[in-house]
Amino acid sequence: MNTVDLSYWDLGFAALLAVGLAALFRGMRLGISGSLLVAGGRMIVQLTLVGYVLRFLFEEGRPWLVAVMAAVMLGVASREILARQKRKLSGWRSWRLGASTLFVSSFAISLFGLLVVVRADPWYTPQYAIPILGMIISNTMNAISLGMDRLTNAIYTNRNVVEQRLALGQSAKEAIGGYAKDCIRSGMTPVINSMATAGIVSLPGMMTGQILAGASPVEAVEYQIVIWFMIAGGCGFGMAVAIKLLQGQLFDERQRLRLERLR
Amino acid sequence: MLRVSELAFLDWERVSLEVAAGEALCIQGASGSGKSLLLRAVADLIPHEGEAYFEGKACSEFSPTEWRRLVSFLAAEALWWEDYVRDHFLGKVDAARLERLGLDPACLDWEVSRLSMGERQRLGLLRMLDQEPRVLLLDEPTSNLDERTSEAVEVLLLEYIEKRGACAVWVTHDGEQAKRIGKRVFRMKGKRLIESRRDEV
Repeated sequence: MNTVDLSYWDLGFAALLAVGLAALFRGMRLGISGSLLVAGGRMIVQLTLVGYVLRFLFEEGRPWLVAVMAAVMLGVASREILARQKRKLSGWRSWRLGASTLFVSSFAISLFGLLVVVRADPWYTPQYAIPILGMIISNTMNAISLGMDRLTNAIYTNRNVVEQRLALGQSAKEAIGGYAKDCIRSGMTPVINSMATAGIVSLPGMMTGQILAGASPVEAVEYQIVIWFMIAGGCGFGMAVAIKLLQGQLFDERQRLRLERLR
Repeated sequence: MLRVSELAFLDWERVSLEVAAGEALCIQGASGSGKSLLLRAVADLIPHEGEAYFEGKACSEFSPTEWRRLVSFLAAEALWWEDYVRDHFLGKVDAARLERLGLDPACLDWEVSRLSMGERQRLGLLRMLDQEPRVLLLDEPTSNLDERTSEAVEVLLLEYIEKRGACAVWVTHDGEQAKRIGKRVFRMKGKRLIESRRDEV
């Protein structure tokens, strides 16, 4: 099967949509047409650069280059988690928490996928390692940032309730039990919903990409199934770790609520 | 029974206190003078220096949960986290106790949102007594109650203290109440805790 190569003109036609939308928003005085155009421009530049970076990586295929790329992805994703928190832990605590959680969940899950499921030769082949890690990191990042934000907010607004539960002799874990459950639930819901409707309501992006690139739909589906399970694993385990660590930061060794550590 | 030694929190002066079994010690003072902070520091709910001892054993030798079950802090406004009142109690609630405080025994099956302020306060007290604490750190336990109910609460608490060999540190703004229940009355003023003479109360 032949694939259709897109020319710059084709990209331009697609970009017309954003320009038209920006003009419409301007007329409606929504005040977001500027950021829409900037975001569109950023996307073009970033993706073009990444295209070249990936081509270089794929041609070289050296493990240390893959490792550097993975580290960059992890660093940026951790920063993104931090940026989405309404109430952050002070200093490096928040960043460290996000990074270590992401590291434990997405790295471990991606390694598992590459070594046990995909088994490319060598296992770090960038064509497999980078996209898989990317998909898992971005989904895990969303779940973790959402979950952490919810939990710190819930504890902050309910700090007096938490303190009274502590005063009654409950442990820190019991005192925030309900909020932790809510936050895991809210972080996992999008993943579960997407899995439940996959294929019916939406064709997942990766699968669509593979099909557009000429792969057989049946094969594309197999990859998508593997990816979804890895995403679910990354999100779930990642959030469990994040909550555990967050609890350790918000309470001290005498199980006192230390909200002054938030800013 | 409870000994507080050189307890320091925020920038308050160090506090030392001793409360014997069966005793209720009263603390008065303007709002914002740090009375609640003192109680919360004794309950080990806020960071502090110095040490509190229960029957000679230091707070740091207990696990935090053990300590707070023995040395229980009751906030002025009782807060609730489950939908129904009953779910906040460990086991069966003594109906006689509810009636003594003028509460409807059926209120355990109510939704928390239905409770009045006074009902919340009394149920909050019972919720704490449910844990059978030995030291009661009471922060204005009758602030939302009328005179008659206040007295019922006082009688119930003093009886509990006597029967269980417990003791209490009782914060109150009501001078009459302080006189009724406390042999010794202290006053928190200018970040210091000083003992008041009887005629000053």
